Order: sequence, then structure tokens, then C-alpha cells
Amino acid sequence: MAAKKTYFGDGLPYRPLGNLKGKLIAIEGTDGVGRTTQIDLLREWIELQGHAVLETGWTRSNLMSRTIEAAKMGNMLDRMTFSLLYATDFADRLENEVIPALEAGFVVLADRYIYTALARDWMRGKEKQWIEDVFGFAVVPDLVCYLRIDIENLIPRVIESGGMNYWESGMDLHLGDDLFESFKKYQEGMIHHFDDMAERFRFEVIDARHSIDDIQKELRAKIAPLLEKKKRTLEEVPEAQKSESA
Amino acid sequence: MRKWLEAAGYSVFFTEWNSSTLVKDTTKMGKKKKSLTPTTFSLLHATDFADRLFYYILPPLKAGQIVLADRYVYTAFARDVTRGVHPKWVRKLYNFAARPDRAFYFKVPIQTAIERILRARAKIKYYEAGMDLNLSHDIVDSFRLFQSNLLKEYDKLTDEYGLTVVDATLDINEQQEMVRDAVTKALEGYSIKRRTHGRKKNVFWRRFTVPPAR
Repeated sequence: MAAKKTYFGDGLPYRPLGNLKGKLIAIEGTDGVGRTTQIDLLREWIELQGHAVLETGWTRSNLMSRTIEAAKMGNMLDRMTFSLLYATDFADRLENEVIPALEAGFVVLADRYIYTALARDWMRGKEKQWIEDVFGFAVVPDLVCYLRIDIENLIPRVIESGGMNYWESGMDLHLGDDLFESFKKYQEGMIHHFDDMAERFRFEVIDARHSIDDIQKELRAKIAPLLEKKKRTLEEVPEAQKSESA
Repeated sequence: MRKWLEAAGYSVFFTEWNSSTLVKDTTKMGKKKKSLTPTTFSLLHATDFADRLFYYILPPLKAGQIVLADRYVYTAFARDVTRGVHPKWVRKLYNFAARPDRAFYFKVPIQTAIERILRARAKIKYYEAGMDLNLSHDIVDSFRLFQSNLLKEYDKLTDEYGLTVVDATLDINEQQEMVRDAVTKALEGYSIKRRTHGRKKNVFWRRFTVPPAR
């Protein structure tokens, strides 16, 4: 049976989801695990199978990206304001890009999803429920692939690929004496939150220490069943042959 | 109100809805392009509010001073729900806000409200008239429908949060007198020098929570 899409929480009362034909796939993972490389490869592979693909990424909305950049420059944001800026950006993309694409039957590849926002908010405050409530309007993805890496392997990668930046190191939190210590503590915390969520939200965990090709192979293996299902419903395969979806 | 409090020797901080520089431009741009959805509209205002709350509202409150707010989260509760967001969601969204000691709702009958605004403005704005909700193609019609839904929402809030209703059709001096009486009562036992607030272990403000389903 094709799983019907649902909202995480209270949802958008003015926008019932109905039967969205498309598939929503989120690729999660901390900074520097190679999400973007993987998504580029996935996109090509999915398109070759005849599916239209929409890629959506963090802070890419027309409405908000400039404001967020400006706010980051100023670096005088408190936790709520920071999280709400991200939520607004997310809502803009969700309603103006993602849902319309799902209605049109696209495969939507999300380079990070609300989980990144949750983890970032939790890094900045004790109370956990609020941010989950705020993102109650988000659509639950069909599949979340979590590219998991440990801090020891992450550090050399980030340094080789351009170094650590202020926000990826959580410098606003003053966790360590310098950029390196701060980055380490911040990313450790993020990985911890992601691990928790992996269980709670049933992520498909993929070991991001492997080679690019191996990771890609694993990702495709996880995604393939979703795409097949889409084709099968078109060909009207008898009910008994369809696999039970989780 | 502000002058009256200041004259009585209190330090008063004044804050207005939708006035933080952080999101002003974005709101403006979104309105111009008509790309705002009820949810992004709501979130932008919440962002603006969070920014003001942490910079201009909580510090004076923690210092034991008076904050006078020209519109507060109730505006969001009423307007965003009228626009179509989930009533529970918007309340949870503003859960980080301090609950005021006293909230006044200046109430006018729907007909008067519409007449007043129509008279004061040469042109009604797109979002003000709720044109994004497709209530009517005619902007004045849409405005009437939107505003009457809005007032209904305010009535609900009045019960839910015990807003103090002021009859705004009365003479302005009369209204002011009533408000001053109520504020005087609210300030009973409060003195400018009081400094215990900031030292309390727990936050001293009450939170917005979702009332249990009836």
C-alpha cells in the first residue's frame, strides 16, 4: 500500500495533503559528511530512471536566504530568533516548492530537513518540545537517509575541504577555547542528537566513512524500493505482490 | 498611557508589533511579491517578536520595569488563525513569550471598525483585506469578511486569556480613565525600586499554553 503523507504535528489546516503522488527523500548528516556530492549523484541516477527531481536545500528560499545571511553576519541572535528564521525559510520552500512538486509526482531530494533544525535548536537550549511543535507543519518524509560519521573522521575531512566556519563550530555557544575545540564539541553534540533521532524517527543510517561510491551504492539500495513502488502502482500490480511499507 | 506612567515615576519601555529591523525588509518584500503563505506570514511575525522580546522586552522586565506593548501575541493568535493556521500551533509557537500581567482589548462593533478603517485609508492593503484567502474578489468585500472573522477570533481570545475589554466607541478620555484604573490596580504593591524579579530562581512570567480540549 502506498503510504499516505502526513504532517509531523498540527500541520497546515488550509492545505490538506490528500494523495501526494511524489516521494520525499531527506538526506541528513552533520556538516562535511558529503551530502551535496551524494545528492548530485542521486539526482542523475533518479532522473535517468525517468522521474522528475526537485532538489531543495537549507536556507535556499527566495524569501529568507538574504535575511539569514545578514543575521549570521551580525551574530547577535538569540536561540528562538535563529530557529524561527530557519523555520520561516523551511516553510517558504515547503509550501511554494516541495508540496507543489510532490503533487506533481516529483521525487524531492532534500539536502537536510527539519532534523538539522531540531538538532541545532537543541544545542542551544534545554527545552526540546518547542522546536518540534514549531515544525509541526512539516511533511513527514518517505525516507530519511542519515549519513553518519564519527568526530575523529569528520575533523580531517572538514579541514581538508576548506576549514571550519563560525556557525558550523557553534562559536556562538562558546563551547571551547578556540575554533577547533568548539567545532569538536559542537559537532559531537550534533552527532549525539542525530543518533537519538535516528532511532526515534527511524532513519536509514549509512556509514559515511566509506568511499563516495560505496555510500552512493547504499543510498541507491535504500531509495530503489520507493521508486519501484511508484512505477508498480502505475502498472497496477495485484495487491498481493506489493510489499508492505513501513 | 505612557506619559501618565512616566509622570507617576515609573520607567516605561514601549514596544510596537512588527518593528524589529531584522525581518522588516523580508516582510515588506514578501508582501510586495504576494508570496507569503499564512504560515510564513505567521513565522515572520514570530521571528520579529522573538527578536524584540529578547532585546527590548525581557531585559527591562527582568530589571523590574514596566513594558508597554502596542499589540502583543494576541494579535498573532487572532490574525494567523483567521488566515488559516492551526490555533494550537500558533499558541505553541509563541510559547516562549512572557504572558502580560494585564492585556487590554479595545473593542468596537464590526460595522464601526470597518467604517473607521475605510475612512482613514485611501486604499486597503492586500494582506490587510485578507485577499490571499480568496474570500472575495472584491477587496472591500474581502476586507469586511476578513475583519469580521478576525473580531470573532478576538472574542474567543477574550475568554481564553481574560483580556480586559475596553469599549472603544466611548469618548477617548473615558477609555483612558478606565484603562488607568485597571493599570493602577495591576500595579498595586509594585514599586519602582523593587528588584526581586531578577533574582528569582525560576522565570517569573507565565507561559502561553494550549488549553486542554473541551
